[in-house]
Amino acid sequence: MKEFIKNFANQFDDTELSEFQPETKFRDLEEWSSLTGLAVMNMVEKKYGVKLTVLDLRSVNTIEELYNVVTSK
Amino acid sequence: MKAYINAISYYLPEKVLTNEELVSEFPEWSVEKVANKVGVVQRHISAKDETAGDMAVKAAEKLFEEYGIDKKIIDFVVLCTQSPDYFLPSTACVIQSRLGLSTSCGAFDINLGCSGYEYGLAVAKGFLVSGIAKNVLLLTAETYTKYIHPKDKGNRTIFGDGAAATLVSMEGFAEIGEFSLGTNGQGAESLIVKAGASRCFEKLNDLAFDENHTPHSSDHLFMDGKAIFDFTSDAVPIMVEDTLAKNLLSLDNVDLVVFHQANKYMINYLRKLLDIDKERFYIFLENVGNTVSSTIPIALYEAVKEDRLHGNVLIAGFGVGFSWGATILKCK
Repeated sequence: MKEFIKNFANQFDDTELSEFQPETKFRDLEEWSSLTGLAVMNMVEKKYGVKLTVLDLRSVNTIEELYNVVTSK
Repeated sequence: MKAYINAISYYLPEKVLTNEELVSEFPEWSVEKVANKVGVVQRHISAKDETAGDMAVKAAEKLFEEYGIDKKIIDFVVLCTQSPDYFLPSTACVIQSRLGLSTSCGAFDINLGCSGYEYGLAVAKGFLVSGIAKNVLLLTAETYTKYIHPKDKGNRTIFGDGAAATLVSMEGFAEIGEFSLGTNGQGAESLIVKAGASRCFEKLNDLAFDENHTPHSSDHLFMDGKAIFDFTSDAVPIMVEDTLAKNLLSLDNVDLVVFHQANKYMINYLRKLLDIDKERFYIFLENVGNTVSSTIPIALYEAVKEDRLHGNVLIAGFGVGFSWGATILKCK
């Protein structure tokens, strides 16, 4: 989970690392955009070999929820 | 025999669409966020009766005037566009006449988008090296905004219209190196205007909106952002590596990288993937947006003006097709 958060945070440029917690609602982050979503999906495929769909991403709100989707696939 | 970029000029249509205007149409959009993420503050929009051919002519006239080029020397004109003036003839043939170029001048269109500038340079270099032509006028011009549905805020934010003119000669400021080119037609439907040409001549009038209120219509430009993102993050690093190998260079020997200016987020993502520092990465998007095949010549023109185009410059285009291409420019 810790590593997943780090990889997730790497897709951002300006947001402080401390702002990324399991319960963080990532869409509320100032820097979040649909483009960040694409980068996150790409990271998940490259690092975890899991192909997320846009619907997968849309179905979750927090980083932990996303992590659970990734590990369940 | 070597081939060089001798001169570059560009033309942008008069009408400007600002982020403020876009946000007034799409209140859920934020002016700052668009500027920060996509990196575009304004884009130029072709007039209703202004075509890619019209803009290419203007860019060429500007080139001739700016550098005092005698148009009699042009013995080939290539226009790269996906918004030609007609189905037939080639817009390049019409341009030969409009520019008053010699009738012994060859002319044709190349139908490519974001990778078009590299393919145009490859063709021009091929003509020079093989002795087919001595001075190739390479034009890139696009009016994608005419293909975009008015409610398609994403694409209206990214794309702008424009044209560029490049003279490729046996002398110049940037020697054109070896190329890495590639294609994967499986991505054809990821960025497409489906209706209007031969496969589907009649308009389909099948407009529908998805859950994000994004319009989907066969009669308009469709872009699958995720597919494009995945394709570029896979293809571009491989292409960069191949280009460096073919030019016997390593990334450390590259002085400036100029990618197709797709949008700021995307190209910065690629920059980080490739571990290229910001100082060697050129971005010119703010006032023009993504002008498709003209983003690289426009960026090169501005980089020359800023005195940043020296040494080995890596240029790379990628997108619609899927199609990609890159080369090294050895600059003085």
